[in-house]
Amino acid sequence: MSAEVMEKNIELKSGVNKVFTDPDADAARAYFRGKSRALRPKLTTVEEVVRTMISDGDYIAIGGFGANRIPTAICHEIVRQGKKGLGFAGHTSTHDFQILSAGEAFNRCDIAYIIGLEARGLSPNARRYIESGKVKLTEWTNATMSWRLKAAAMGLSFIPARNILGTDTFKYSAAKEILCPFTGQKYAAYPALYPDFAAIHVHECDVYGNCHVYGASVSDFDLAKAARRVVITTERLVSTEKIRQQPEATVIPFWCVDAVIESPYGSYPGNMPYEYFSDEEHLREWLAAEKEPESLKKFMDKYIYGTKNFDEYLALCGGTEKMNKLRRIELLIDKK
Amino acid sequence: MADYNPMELMICVAARNLEDGATVVVGTGAPCAAAMLSQKTHSPNLCIMFEAGGVAPILPAMPISVGDSRTFHKALMASSMPEIMETCQRGMVDYTFLGGAQIDMYGNINSTMIGSDHAKPKVRFPGSGGANDLASLCWRTMMMTVQDAKRFTDKINFITSPGYLQGGNTRYEAGLPKGTGPYRIITNMAIMGFDEETKWMKVLSINPGYSRKDVQDNCGFELKWADSIADTDPPTADELRILREEVDPHRYIIGR
Repeated sequence: MSAEVMEKNIELKSGVNKVFTDPDADAARAYFRGKSRALRPKLTTVEEVVRTMISDGDYIAIGGFGANRIPTAICHEIVRQGKKGLGFAGHTSTHDFQILSAGEAFNRCDIAYIIGLEARGLSPNARRYIESGKVKLTEWTNATMSWRLKAAAMGLSFIPARNILGTDTFKYSAAKEILCPFTGQKYAAYPALYPDFAAIHVHECDVYGNCHVYGASVSDFDLAKAARRVVITTERLVSTEKIRQQPEATVIPFWCVDAVIESPYGSYPGNMPYEYFSDEEHLREWLAAEKEPESLKKFMDKYIYGTKNFDEYLALCGGTEKMNKLRRIELLIDKK
Repeated sequence: MADYNPMELMICVAARNLEDGATVVVGTGAPCAAAMLSQKTHSPNLCIMFEAGGVAPILPAMPISVGDSRTFHKALMASSMPEIMETCQRGMVDYTFLGGAQIDMYGNINSTMIGSDHAKPKVRFPGSGGANDLASLCWRTMMMTVQDAKRFTDKINFITSPGYLQGGNTRYEAGLPKGTGPYRIITNMAIMGFDEETKWMKVLSINPGYSRKDVQDNCGFELKWADSIADTDPPTADELRILREEVDPHRYIIGR
């Protein structure tokens, strides 16, 4: 079969859209050469991280899975500080996408999954934002975005795979068809994705950023390696002694991490496995407020622009009492 | 009047197509219910997987998200998205279920947009998510959907996830893995497969209460018909009891 394909001299297609980030592996190495690998304490604040680590126009990625184990405080602060012109990795994004869309924070987006909140329905505002034509779009898929991050994590400039060939998803991507030099098999080649900035929420880490994550890891371990600057928000700070007791449990190592923030209930209103379930009531409030731009503005004024920080937001949403309730749902003590 | 609704019928039919010992990647909603029903009837060792990383959970409730904590509750593994997708790419995943706004005669599915300008869509949907990946890489793709002439169309606006592309051998010529593709389309009215050579959608059986004319009238393209058209077996009392009492007691899915 391989010889046959080679002989046919088939035309290799390319997707028509843009790669928003530089996939060059040497450019990434040059950056990483200068990145500190010192074992130093990295504790800081959400306000400081967003102010100093994200510039207008940067390309950012958010860890977790939409409304599961997401760094909500960072998403809020990006909107609160009015960051604009960002590129965004729309990879398994749901509530994070909803927040950033409400702030019209980005103008270009790699799409795997956007505007929806899975079984909860579609975000009316995110949909208006995308349908307005204000955002440049390149199509991909969940696996493709995972593999683009994996290519970057490996220090490469591209990765081949067997999905998306022959579809409009390919046509409106920035992928290219290639032939395997060994077998002649046709593959889709994907450019490595090195985000400028990534935020990941974890269960535990120490002051250096050595992280423990429980439950499904989505693409976060590759994301932590692929991004130039990485902030970890954590449910709990733990001692380095605890990390050293169980080194095989370290899934993101300190040298990937630039900043650490303790952020209890940091995935709220999303789910945090083994800690608290998603707040479906509040997520419905988001969707309802988005129906009209005026009601969304009121909602945003109340919850984001009118609050100083994430603690104030948690208090507005019901504070400790609400968090305890969500913990009982997560632990299957209560049904609702 | 039948004592079950279309959603219950589709879930029961889908569940019968999942054999013991197989692997299936599911999303939330009806596909997850079908996989759970299958486990509780004839396939106790069906391995349910979720794209965010959950493998073989003991589901305590219907997940809201394919990444929420229910998807790896008492699971055999809580892995990652690349782990699941690479398992599909290696040829270890037998089944998956997809949904979409449009499907054409070759089983291509649109979940991206309505309109003709990609940069400024008339109606925008979420996009592929994991759908294209699963449709490309799992052995057999199934769809459960209510059937109407707008959804079943020969003028699909955007091929998000591959069916048999332009029919015949085009799916494999495009480079997608050999032997993969759409397997069953399960609607409220009928069960369809695909013609072996042309890969055109072909009716295999008609559901109770519907006629050949209903099935064709609610499809935007000319359907092919198997040589002998069977009557779909309605849900059994056992299937319905387990579905209603154990799989979806709150009727989140079957209640609709």
